[in-house]
Amino acid sequence: MLSCARRVAIFGGTHGNEMSGVMLVNLWVQNNTEVQRKGVEVQPFITNPKAVEKCTRYVDTDLNRAFTPENLSTLGGGDLPYEVRRAQEINRMFGPKGSPEAYDVIFDLHNTTSNMGCTLLLESSKDHFNLQMMNYIQKSIFPASCLVLLNEHPLLKYSTSRSVAKHPVGLEVGPQPQGVLRSNIFESMRDILKHALDFIELFNAGMEFPPCTVEVFRLSERIDYPRDDNGNIIAMVHPNLQDCDWEPLNPGDPMFQTFDGKTIHYQGSGTVYPTFINEAAYYEKQQAFATTRRESLVASAIRKA
Amino acid sequence: MELDEVVCFSRFSRVAICGGTHGNELSGVYLVREMQKAERKAKERGNDMEVITVLSNPRAVQRGLRYIDTDLNRCFTHAMLSGSNTNDAPYEIIRSRELNALLGPKGSRDAVDLVCDLHNTTANMGLCLISYSDSDWLCLHVFRHLQRQMPDVPTRFIHFNATNKESYSLDSVGKHGFALEAGPQPHGVMRSNIYTTMKMGVEHVLDWVCLFNSGFVFEGGSVDVYTVVRNIDYPRDRDTHNITAAVHPQLQDRDFCLLYPEDPLFLTLSGETLRYKGKEPLYPFFINECAYYEKGIAVSLARKRRVAIPAIRVQTEQEQQAKKDECTSEEEEE
Repeated sequence: MLSCARRVAIFGGTHGNEMSGVMLVNLWVQNNTEVQRKGVEVQPFITNPKAVEKCTRYVDTDLNRAFTPENLSTLGGGDLPYEVRRAQEINRMFGPKGSPEAYDVIFDLHNTTSNMGCTLLLESSKDHFNLQMMNYIQKSIFPASCLVLLNEHPLLKYSTSRSVAKHPVGLEVGPQPQGVLRSNIFESMRDILKHALDFIELFNAGMEFPPCTVEVFRLSERIDYPRDDNGNIIAMVHPNLQDCDWEPLNPGDPMFQTFDGKTIHYQGSGTVYPTFINEAAYYEKQQAFATTRRESLVASAIRKA
Repeated sequence: MELDEVVCFSRFSRVAICGGTHGNELSGVYLVREMQKAERKAKERGNDMEVITVLSNPRAVQRGLRYIDTDLNRCFTHAMLSGSNTNDAPYEIIRSRELNALLGPKGSRDAVDLVCDLHNTTANMGLCLISYSDSDWLCLHVFRHLQRQMPDVPTRFIHFNATNKESYSLDSVGKHGFALEAGPQPHGVMRSNIYTTMKMGVEHVLDWVCLFNSGFVFEGGSVDVYTVVRNIDYPRDRDTHNITAAVHPQLQDRDFCLLYPEDPLFLTLSGETLRYKGKEPLYPFFINECAYYEKGIAVSLARKRRVAIPAIRVQTEQEQQAKKDECTSEEEEE
């Protein structure tokens, strides 16, 4: 159990064209008053400065997939892709991943073109500290909502920049086009971080958080666009599904629409909750949307040791 | 202009539909691809009219970028088209010259009759027809036709007054031309409703051209035209040039809603509201267009006015012959 959450980082610009995080971190690097809390060292940090400068998702390879054990240990220096070198550097500064010296908490700020609202990204169903934090955030912002997406799927999970920390927390806010800064999206992200840092301060001050139930959406499957033999997309997300992140998708519901107007229906065995519907960055990752299943997790009581 | 005057234009023999001029504006990319697939079944529209479909910037399309070296849609001035290709010429300059050879040359008799260039915007602009002229009656009639055929889609005509500056965009290569802009859509994303709007828009443009070629007389009338007056940039940090405020939530997505003096424009990162200081109420559009951050435009402002358009029809064969004879005799006199 975490004795104290003393070292916290806020990552922005892991994808250089996701503007809320870039702007927030730049703001806090210049003036960190807003993110200071008693007893915590909070470090705002731009993870992919070259991509930020070019306002592109990445330069050579996706930084948020680059923190694999192979990448973190490989030699090669200047020959390595930019983001692999960067991952190694970040691992040195905020890790090493898996060691006692690693940062306690890292918040990683992202935007999506999908209509996901505010979403917290959880990497382990057994991370009671994170579950309690997410519960606290949800209660604090009520009636505004913030859903929790759990990616623990052995095949679909990936090595994120935040995974360097003991308690990685992803924050995804949308919809926002890449390269665009929308004021409401920016302020939502700012507000969530405020509550997250408040939680950490309360925890460090010795507050006990009793057991609680947190509803999560567990990542189940990735669904690609229908493609022809050459790999070209031959249908679009159906207008009935577009923007309906987190709403139930039932077998037989419209899913895609071909260019000449025909409907392709969802053929799954049961109701799922789709998310990341029509995310720009996932066209190249062969994903039109992801399906999730609703689940209730019980978080144990936590208190600073 | 007399109210009962009918203005005649020569028939359209070649129309170009261009997509992917910006490689991440996907409606045009996919629409051109679908049209090219259909073309392989070799079905031309009647009246001997040729429809040419072009993927303007294939390299940018392949990489999902707006452009590789420089914005292709700024490479069509006479100066940029007439230089010679050097080894280090930007890709888009080489490409603009190829497109000029294919669809132009700009300003010559051989240029295509109409260029319809397909674009998307992250701004909430619905469907817009964008032109350098507010007196190209053909374009204004096409616009009126679109409005009438698509009453559920907000459709507007934007006029960039380029009298001082030379035209620089792809649509200026044809004898007539305009951009068809549909939004809101994030770059790199294809929204089915926006694709459908674009597809219907292009179909109606081509239908109109066929109707025109067949001799139909389009009655006169009037249309609303938005003429660009000025652009407003984001407030920026003096040293880094980074933006220091976002478009105000009360302005965001309110394209074509009249902006009054003192209305909110921006919200700074420290929560301060910056207001519109102009004296004249104007119509904002291209509000928070992603690609315009680097061009220093947060919002464009336009005046709206009603423009009268005359009745038009195609020139008959006799009228065309008479015109040819007139030109020939003029040349002989010279």
